[in-house]
Amino acid sequence: MADQVHLQRLCSQVRRDIVRMVHGASSGHPGGSLGCTEFFVTLYFDLLRIDPTRFSVEDQGEDLFFLSNGHISPVFYSVLARRGYFPLRELPTFRKIDSRLQGHPTTHEGLPGVRVASGSLGQGLSVAIGAALAKKQNDDKHLVYSLHGDGELQEGQVWEAAMFAPNRGVDNLIATVDANGQQIDGATDDVMPLRDIEQKFTAFGWDTLLIEKGNDLAAVQQGLRAAQKRTGKGKPVMVVMHTEMGAGVDFMEGTHKWHGVAPNDEQLETALNQLEETLGDY
Amino acid sequence: MAKQFTNSGDKDTRSGFGAGLLELGRTNPRVIGLCADLTGSLKMNDFKEAYPDRFYQVGIAEANMMGIAAGLTIGGQIPFTGTFANFATGRVYDQVRQSIAYSGKNVKICASHAGLTLGEDGATHQILEDIGLMKMLPGMTVINPCDYNQTKAATLAIAEHEGPVYLRFGRPKVANFMPDNQPFEIGKALLLREGKDVTLAATGHLVWSALEAAETLAQEGIEAEVLNFHTIKPLDEEALLRSVAKTGALVSAEEHQIAGGLGESLAATLVRRQPTPQEFVGVNDSFGESGKPLELLKKYGLDADHLLQAARRAMSRKA
Repeated sequence: MADQVHLQRLCSQVRRDIVRMVHGASSGHPGGSLGCTEFFVTLYFDLLRIDPTRFSVEDQGEDLFFLSNGHISPVFYSVLARRGYFPLRELPTFRKIDSRLQGHPTTHEGLPGVRVASGSLGQGLSVAIGAALAKKQNDDKHLVYSLHGDGELQEGQVWEAAMFAPNRGVDNLIATVDANGQQIDGATDDVMPLRDIEQKFTAFGWDTLLIEKGNDLAAVQQGLRAAQKRTGKGKPVMVVMHTEMGAGVDFMEGTHKWHGVAPNDEQLETALNQLEETLGDY
Repeated sequence: MAKQFTNSGDKDTRSGFGAGLLELGRTNPRVIGLCADLTGSLKMNDFKEAYPDRFYQVGIAEANMMGIAAGLTIGGQIPFTGTFANFATGRVYDQVRQSIAYSGKNVKICASHAGLTLGEDGATHQILEDIGLMKMLPGMTVINPCDYNQTKAATLAIAEHEGPVYLRFGRPKVANFMPDNQPFEIGKALLLREGKDVTLAATGHLVWSALEAAETLAQEGIEAEVLNFHTIKPLDEEALLRSVAKTGALVSAEEHQIAGGLGESLAATLVRRQPTPQEFVGVNDSFGESGKPLELLKKYGLDADHLLQAARRAMSRKA
């Protein structure tokens, strides 16, 4: 079990990275990034069995993570850098010319930690399933994790993948849906209601569990550990994780308006005043 | 004197793919087969039965199949996806673009029933735009072999090639005339018949028609050179330039829209490096329709007769 105090401090620092990166680029997606901070910190600093020093796009026999909702790249990049995949000094190049930190994650520029491009939504679950099948082919007992937006579930390919995984016994996969109830045009309930996400996946044959407080570090840790225990039993595991879009920055919380908007100088200062600098800004 | 090619008996190119895949099953344990409910049509049944642990039936879900294939490469597998050309390209273009091409994944996208010659099913299934769609993707190799033997050879060759490949073949039984167990070099056009008056550059099913047209032209005293461009991308520009330097006139021939096809790639080369009169045998901005393969090839201007007329037009335009 990782040091809880350290993980909390990381969450605060990662949130500072997110708002600073998006401000620096004058573009990007802070809302979903802030909401998934506890998830990423738990995954990369507590759960994943990985070795950033020997990263390769091709699986070297370790746990794998796939980010399907690629627009929350700021939280992904911050956590990858702070986990040692690449230098912190690259974070300010986010979304700028000649950077490895593209607007949406890609293997194309050779950024360590990324194994497939994402951004066009709905594709990551299929890729994660393929990687999980490869692990079975290779008799590798490590797990595959993936993250998806709730709005992303409106893409049809997700349901093709949702149908496949239980029918082919892909039980070495833990997929998580970030259920923040928001998407670009508004609340998911207004844009295109998803109704009961848990029931849907259960009906497709997944072993589904809920994390009610996705911005509570202990709850996320507990939920993902419970998910791990449910792997290897014939079914893929789906975690429905409720989060607050914009969590940690009061004026960004709970609204779709900060899905894809950068803070101005004044807003950045307000945000940073709410987030303690714990491990040093980049 | 012209090299002679004889038809050893009509066979479908998709069966060449099936035979190649079966052989790969035996020789390369990393090869995986995936199919979207067209295992019989793609001739993947032999592979499926011989290597059931390395075959995934994904159902009618081509987008998911492309993503799964991309994921499999991360574990070092070499996935071969099988479906009709329409569903392997147009239907899943964004999945192929992002998860495979942009991500640089070693996926072999194998596509049957390309072009008009799938016949009776009609235009919904007769994709004539797939070569163009796929050749526009950076890093994508595009291969359209001409007969059973060459399709089998190409199937074996692409397993050895690192990177995404689009392998296009068809439904009907057509002349099988390339040698058995031939070496297949990706990106190298084959000189099938030498000549000095006009170059016939063809791909896929129309290579045989080009040989037939060359034979007819020979009876009129016209020496046509025939090139088999089994690879559209990367394009063998040198083979093209060597040929037109001799002949001074070109006919391109393919079972595809003129826009976006082999002929367009050849023209783009010539316009930069050696401007040459060129005529295009291909579908001219139109959808297909139901009918028998030979009827369709005739109606849409893709048979040996149309190649002959195009050759005469190209020669008449020489400076």
